[in-house]
Order: sequence, then structure tokens, then C-alpha cells
Amino acid sequence: MDKCNTPLPLAGGAGGGPVADAPANPADSPSPNPSRKREGDRTEGDEPAVTLDAFLDSQTNATAVRLEAGDDARALLPYLDRIALVEVSFPTFRDGRGYSAARVLREAGYTGELRAQGDVLVDQMPLMKRCGFDSFAPQAEIDPATLEAALTRYENVYQKAADGRVPVWALRHG
Amino acid sequence: MKLLTGNDLPTGDVLWWTGSTWSRHVEDAGDVGDRGESIARVEEGARRVNGAYVIDATATPEGPRPAHIKDRVRALGPTVRPDLTLKPADPAAGSWVI
Amino acid sequence: MYKYDQYDQQIVDARVEEFRDQVKRRLAGQITEDQFKPLRLMNGLYLQLHAYMLRVAIPYGTLDSRQMRMLATIARKYDRGYGHFTTRQNIQYNWIKLSDAPDILADLATVEMHAIQTSGNCIRNISSDQYAGAAADEVADPRIWAELLRQWSTFHPEFSYLPRKFKIAVIGAEEDRAAMRLHDIGIQLVKRDGVLGGRIYVGGGMGRTPMIAPEIKDFVTADDLLSYVEACLRVYNRYGRRDNIYKARIKILIHEIGADDYRRQVEEEFAHVKSLGLDPPKAEFERITAMFAPPSFVAADTPATPFVSSEVETPASATGVSTALEANGDFQAWRAQNTAAHKQPGYAIVTISLKPTGGIPGDATAEQIDLMADLAERYSFDELRVTHAQNIVLPHVRKADLYAVWQALDAAGLAPANLDLISDIIACPGLDYCSLANARSIPVAQKIATRFADQNRQRDLGELKLKISGCINACGHHHAGHIGILGVDKKGTENYQLLLGGSGAEDTSLAKITGPGFDEDGIVDAVETVTNVYLAKRAEGERFLDTYRRVGMEPFKEALYG
Repeated sequence: MDKCNTPLPLAGGAGGGPVADAPANPADSPSPNPSRKREGDRTEGDEPAVTLDAFLDSQTNATAVRLEAGDDARALLPYLDRIALVEVSFPTFRDGRGYSAARVLREAGYTGELRAQGDVLVDQMPLMKRCGFDSFAPQAEIDPATLEAALTRYENVYQKAADGRVPVWALRHG
Repeated sequence: MKLLTGNDLPTGDVLWWTGSTWSRHVEDAGDVGDRGESIARVEEGARRVNGAYVIDATATPEGPRPAHIKDRVRALGPTVRPDLTLKPADPAAGSWVI
Repeated sequence: MYKYDQYDQQIVDARVEEFRDQVKRRLAGQITEDQFKPLRLMNGLYLQLHAYMLRVAIPYGTLDSRQMRMLATIARKYDRGYGHFTTRQNIQYNWIKLSDAPDILADLATVEMHAIQTSGNCIRNISSDQYAGAAADEVADPRIWAELLRQWSTFHPEFSYLPRKFKIAVIGAEEDRAAMRLHDIGIQLVKRDGVLGGRIYVGGGMGRTPMIAPEIKDFVTADDLLSYVEACLRVYNRYGRRDNIYKARIKILIHEIGADDYRRQVEEEFAHVKSLGLDPPKAEFERITAMFAPPSFVAADTPATPFVSSEVETPASATGVSTALEANGDFQAWRAQNTAAHKQPGYAIVTISLKPTGGIPGDATAEQIDLMADLAERYSFDELRVTHAQNIVLPHVRKADLYAVWQALDAAGLAPANLDLISDIIACPGLDYCSLANARSIPVAQKIATRFADQNRQRDLGELKLKISGCINACGHHHAGHIGILGVDKKGTENYQLLLGGSGAEDTSLAKITGPGFDEDGIVDAVETVTNVYLAKRAEGERFLDTYRRVGMEPFKEALYG
């Protein structure tokens, strides 16, 4: 697996983390389409993702959208129930806008596949997963053992995020 | 003349390219001419150096002297702690920097 | 003080192992330096001018003696016997080996310490008032809020790859001892109708484009704090510039879109974020609050405690300050200059100056660090603080014990009586240590302190905050100096610009450049020249800064450049 069109589903290839692969939705924003089930191995058979502009202009029947780092994910919120894949581009690993894009989509109840594509490093994947990403299409090869270690390393987290993990303040106070 | 300098990966020590290997003493440094970048690529790839870069220097009877004060401080050590420089026994070593 | 529970400890321990694995992969060539750099930076490890430099976090500047001793141990075991306390209340070691770094972090973890997020484009160590919990003018202890923020910001999944670094300060008093409005976010605790809340300032900073943070929200309660700050950061992460590193701080965003537009977007985001349940329950706030409960102060007339160590031995005296002691001018001068009012009768706040004449501002040897730990354990309820002015504070010392404390400090070279005087200089490491620097800072600080070594002369000049940076990044806070000095590179030689009129206190202001720069000896003369203008022009009770504000730049310029 070396190129960006071979996404790495989180729960499958990597051996899985301690956490379920389906993102938890905030209790007060239920999924607009809870019945649709995502395939963990959805990969090369995907329809090509269209750009946000193309999606908004004329191709609103597309079900896969690609967000560039500077795109505003909030533009997709009216259409979440008909999108199956959002691919978020990381042009360099230093560009962290995609983390917010993922949170915004998950907080609005998006349950489809959320893929981090581009200069995505193994040490960033735990944070991305916390933000709601559930598949990865890194440019460089990822060692599965390193990824598994990274994803299972932290037993506890301080914040409530988009992955449903219980923050320590909740553990402390039941 | 051009010198190639960098840091040792595990220890962080300042290193100078002698022409065939790395030394901790700028006196051992050799002119790399226009080959600095290519030497740096090979040596970094082999992890014998980290963050290598080329600097300007002038040849003196005591050895190469980096053109810029920053590289001279790098070559010697902190001027405010002569005891921690590479020439702790030479109280005048700091004047070499400035 | 805050104490880790099993969760805090697990997180810090896991961090050590994560970094150990990352270092192993780097040394084995599995990741490039370009990929490794952000990982090591988020563990405080820089590649500096001479070696790796490790910056250890001291959350809100608070330490106990066990932690302080560990800082001394690390200086001895892994470095060259000393450390450098910084303007962000942290400590730096200058001679670290990458291969030792995981072991150092493991040692730190045994005393509930770490180097998490002391660098990188993430939320940095939260800073605070060094007098927190002791100051007579305090509304509430800001460290409770700072600890909430520490936990929230640690490995924040969304905000670990921000456009640029992000610094937060919290204060709980009217007097600002933490340069709060020169932070990306500054929070001042205030009471409104008996309810505690925070006034939020966003978009301050120093660096090449200094700005004073505008007020963005007049009142946020602890219940909403994390959601509100989350909203502040999300707007920044979305719109902060990434095309130009020099324009990537939040101050530039707010300057470009305006405080009103930024506020509107934060409010919109906050309305959404608040619905997500990100804020911990009141019980968590109360749990942290309980750990910052005031120590068990004793009545003011309790006899003094003798100090015994291998180096110093002081006799106990019945009242602490006997007639003979009162005659000791050095002690009295130190007591007058380096102690501050405590909220508890019979107690004082002691500042240990790390600014001996001719010394390196902020440096302390392992032995001095150990001694300060001993004094804290014996005399200050086991607490120490680091100040942004690179000094150390013993926050809760009985007045009856001040003489014993002073004697022990004096014997160790730690009793300069110069707090907030002209020789209490903030200086960044400068070109002697820092690969970003353009000029050396420390030798200039040493020469100025030596020029003004006469104690009476310093006291006559009064409060005079002199701050030196060796480059435009302003780690030495030159923009906030009553007198500021900025080192620049002028055609390959060191040159120093002089600035006047800055303040990092509650009367925050940014210093202005006087004119053309000076060489190393010239800048020392120039400082003396402007102090002479002050002495000639000052009105009764005016500090240097007050006189400058009243008479303006012209008389100083005239004296400097004729």
C-alpha cells in the first residue's frame, strides 16, 4: 500500500485500536442517516471524489467529496445525509486545518467515511482518529505495527472529542 | 572557502566535515567547494550527521575561520561560559569569536 | 498544589514511551529529520547552536521541592550542572543528548513532570502569576483555571498542528505580573455579582509584530471556559495564515479581520461547541480547587525555624528579627526589595533573584537549585514558583523566618537585593546558545548590571525593567521593557537597538525604538544616558516609565543622538 488511492481503513488493516471504528455522534445531533452502513474495505471501487466547488455548483448528486485544506467543511453540512465519503486533503503534515474540518463534520452528525489523504504521518493518526477520521490514505507507507502501537498507546484522554472516548474528567466523576 | 557543518544525530555535538569524515573541531574542517550539498545528502542519508549546511569561511594560519559570528560561536562554545567551550584552558579564546 | 492521579500519571508515562519509540525510529532512520522535528519539538527538544536543548514544562510556574530537586538531578546527570529558567516559567538544559532524552522524560515523569508541548505549533505550557495563591491583591487563585486548561490542551486532537505556537496566561489579580495581554490568550479572573469568571483577551504577543490583546469577552464562567477557548482556537485554526510563518500568529488574524469580526465568529462557534458537552462538570473544578487550598498558616508570633544544611547553619531567634539582625543592612535591603505583601498576616512572598552582578540571568547551578528546594521545603510549605522575569519565588515564608532564609541564600550567592531594579534584567540566551539569535544578549546584560552595580544607585533609579532579546522573536520581552534592547545583525556584526516605554504589567504598553543602534559598549553607555535623562527630569514619585510617558521620547533622543 503505497499510494493515496489505497486507503487504510482504521479497524481493519491496522489490527484495530481499543475503540470502535464507528465515530460516536454527539447525543444531541443524531445521524441524519443512521441506517446506512459503511464498508470497512471501501477502497479502489469508490467513485472519484469531486471538489467542494464542483459538488456545490452542479454535482450535488455526487456521494464523494474531496475537501482541500482551505475549504470550509461547513458548506457540506446541508448535504451530509447523501454523502458517503469525505476525503480531507493534508498537503503537508504541518497543515492542521483538516482536523477542524473532521470535527465539524462529525459534530454535525456525519457518519460516512472520513478519509485523511496526503502527507499523513503515523504519529498524527491517533489525533486524526480522535477528530473523527476513520480511514487514511497516506502518501508514504505506514508500518502496521507502528500504527497499532500509536493507536493503542494512550489508555486515557483529557478531552471529549469526536471519537466517543470518555475523557478522564468523566472517569473521575462517574 | 566553504565549510560543511552539522550536528551529530544522537549527541547533538557540532560537527565539521574534514574531507573524509566528521570532526568536532573547526580546525580540522576542509574546503568543500561546491560539493557541500551533495556530501550533506549522502551523510544525512547515512545518519552520520544531522541538519548539515554549508557556510562561508576564510583560511587562516590557525585553520578555517567561519565568516559569520554565529558559526564562530558554534565552533567554540558559549562566550559567556569559557569553561564549557572547546578551549577551556585558553582565556582568550572568546576573542577569536568576536 | 496539583497532584497527579492515576490518569494523569498514565498519560505522562505513555508520553515517555511514545517519545522513546519516536527517538528509536529516528535513530534507526525510519523517519526523516523533517518528520521527526515536530515530534521532538512537542517534547521540548530543540536542536540548538551547540547541542540539543530540552525545555521542561513547569505548569503555571509552580513546583514542589521534590520536583525542584529533580531539575537539579537532571542538570547533573544529563547536562553540565546547571539550568536556565525562562521567560515562560520553564527551565532549559543546553547540553542534552537525543539518546538520553527519553530517559530524562522518564525521570521527570517520576515527579509528575514532563516536557509536553513546550515547543511546536500547539498550545504551550500555561503561564500564570508567580504570586498566585499568596498575593494580597488576588481575586482567586488562577492556577485552578490554568490546570483546567493544562489538561484540556494536553494532546488536544484538533489543535496540535496550529498555524503557529499558542500561548495562554491566566492571572487572578488586578496587578499583572504575567504580561497577560501579551499572550495569544490572556485571562484575568474577575468577580461579577459575587460570581467568579474570566475576562478573555485574545491576540496579544511580542515577536516581530508586537500587539496588545484586545478584550474579546468580558465574562466567561469556569463552566464555559473550555468551550469558549475551544471556539477561540477553532476560528484561529480555520483562518490563521499558513502561507507566511511571520504572519501566522493569532494576533495577525485578529489584526486583519478586526476584533469585532473575530468575536462574532467565536460567539457563533461557541454557541455550537457549547452544545457538545466538552466542559468538565463542577465536581472537576472543585477537585482541582481543593488541591490549591491555602496551606496551614501558623500564627504570626510562632518562633522562627532554624535552617540547617551542609553549607549553612543559622541560629534560631525568638522573634526571627532581633536587634542585631536589624542592624544588618544587607538583610534589610534584601527584605525591602525582594519580599512582597502576602494575603496571610505574618507571611511574606520572597523572590530569589537569579541576577547576581555579572551573572547570567536565569541560570542556576544544580547546587543552587537543590538549596532553593531545601528552603522551600523548610520555609515555604514545599512550594516554589518560577517567574517570567527568570527569578524564583518562595511564596509562603513567615516573616519570622526571613532572616534565616536570607542567610542561606546569601551564602549561596542567591541574595541579590535587586528585584525589579535595573540589574534584574530579563535576557534571552541570545547568540551564545540560540541558533535563531542575531546577537548575544547575556554579555550585554552582564555589562549593564556591572555598570550599575552600586546598590544605592540602583535603588535611586527605582523600578526599572530592562529586557534584552538577541533577535526579533523577542524571547527577552524587549517590547515590554521600560528599557528594551534588541540585538540585530548589522553586516555581520552585533548591533543593539534601544527601545523605551514598554510595560508587561497592567499598564501594558509597547516600547518604541529610539533611533539608530549601538555596538556592545555603546548600548551600555546609551542605557546610562537615558537613566540620566530620567534622573534629571523625574517628578516626585515617578518611575522611569512614568517620566518617559510624561515627557515623551524627545529628551531621550536628544541626549542619545544630540
